[in-house]
Amino acid sequence: MSPLAAGDDGEPLIRWEWISNNLTDDIAEALREHLILSFTPVLLGFLVSLPLGLACARWKRLYQPTLAITSILYALPAIALFVILIAFTGLTYTTVVVPLTLYTLSVLVPGVVDGLAAVPDHVRQAATAMGFGPLRRLLQVELPIALPVVMAGLRVATVSNISLVSVGAIMGLGGLGQLFTTGLQRDFPTPIVVGVVLVILLALLSDLILLGIQRAFTPWERAGGTRRRKTADQAALPGGGAA
Amino acid sequence: MNAIFDALSWFGESGQWSGPDGIPSRLAEHLWYSLLAFLITVAIALPLGLLLGHVRHGRLAGVVGFVVMASANAARALPTLGLLILAVVLTSAGDLVPILIPLVILAVPPVLVNTYAGVQQVEPGLRDAAEGMGMTGVQVALRLEAPVALPLILLGLRTAAIQIISTATLAAYVGLGGFGRYIMDGYARQEYDQMAGGAILVAVLAVLVQLLFALLRRFVVSPGVRLQTGS
Repeated sequence: MSPLAAGDDGEPLIRWEWISNNLTDDIAEALREHLILSFTPVLLGFLVSLPLGLACARWKRLYQPTLAITSILYALPAIALFVILIAFTGLTYTTVVVPLTLYTLSVLVPGVVDGLAAVPDHVRQAATAMGFGPLRRLLQVELPIALPVVMAGLRVATVSNISLVSVGAIMGLGGLGQLFTTGLQRDFPTPIVVGVVLVILLALLSDLILLGIQRAFTPWERAGGTRRRKTADQAALPGGGAA
Repeated sequence: MNAIFDALSWFGESGQWSGPDGIPSRLAEHLWYSLLAFLITVAIALPLGLLLGHVRHGRLAGVVGFVVMASANAARALPTLGLLILAVVLTSAGDLVPILIPLVILAVPPVLVNTYAGVQQVEPGLRDAAEGMGMTGVQVALRLEAPVALPLILLGLRTAAIQIISTATLAAYVGLGGFGRYIMDGYARQEYDQMAGGAILVAVLAVLVQLLFALLRRFVVSPGVRLQTGS
């Protein structure tokens, strides 16, 4: 592929030799940091939002206040939280992980509650009639049925986190975002293009893997019957994270 | 907690509320970038969503639906900072264009997807009734579909607005103004109170926009539609 001309100084959009020269140290290191910084919050957020969502579904009175808090958390710009946290956690991974965990919560808690609320009443009653206790009913009936909605939330949170991590580059904690700041400082597009492409690939790959997991765990969704419900659920989810 | 009090006392310092580096003029800059990006976004995404929502039958409908949904996913994956810096490095255009490009790219998909989904979800029976009453295509779109789709459209607009407000902070990173100026300058000079002050201002602005849209929803969504969507 011939280098695409760009910029007023004739600098190509991509210099392939820069990529091969920096592949093993700069790029690989940035990618490693990016993976840690984006997946730790997803994992933590998932672990917290599951019990929180269950509690909200069980005690309905908790839901409205929780929803109000998560919708405010959702609106808070990640960069603002990064900056405020520096005073408490310094320039460490924690400064990036905490805001992104909060963001994950703001997407996942409504997902868990809505997913559980979507379990039809007759299914719940049938499970009870078959002698399922509350815990077994939750694990074997309600959670599996809620899974597509929960997974939709998890996918949104994962993909958004992957792109939000790069904002941390402003404080030197941005994984692949470091490539952007390198490019700006040197007025050199190649690292920026590499960073953007890798972030997008990482996000799409993670999304596909999560989709695969979801499909593996919900074989009945593919068997027909309750088709055509999912698109509406996904559309109603808020899109993307706030930088 | 001391750090937070330092940041709060920053708001009380003299000179903070006037001059080109004062909070009012930074607010005006921030709102100016955001409003411009928001208007461009709405001008592109709203008519497109209303139009595409009409493609309901045949193979084309499947393709349109897939492309619209995929655009939403792809938009979430886009690293805004990267797009912004790339736009700055590549363009030699005036100051404002590089920041508007990523803001609009980021904000179009939520508006597009929600408008599209909102129009698609209008019950066929309602549409038949409207046509039976003799409404023309344009009348059906404006008097029936737009009001029924309004809750979802507002959700899309709110998401877009919040993302624009948050992301406009990054404008300062490439030399423009706005509240991000405090964060970038504070970071460069290692003045935590200024950084945190800027961060608090952006956060407050974003939350205010969130509340504004909650109010807007209360006032502009038709009571009948509100009952249906259960809020």
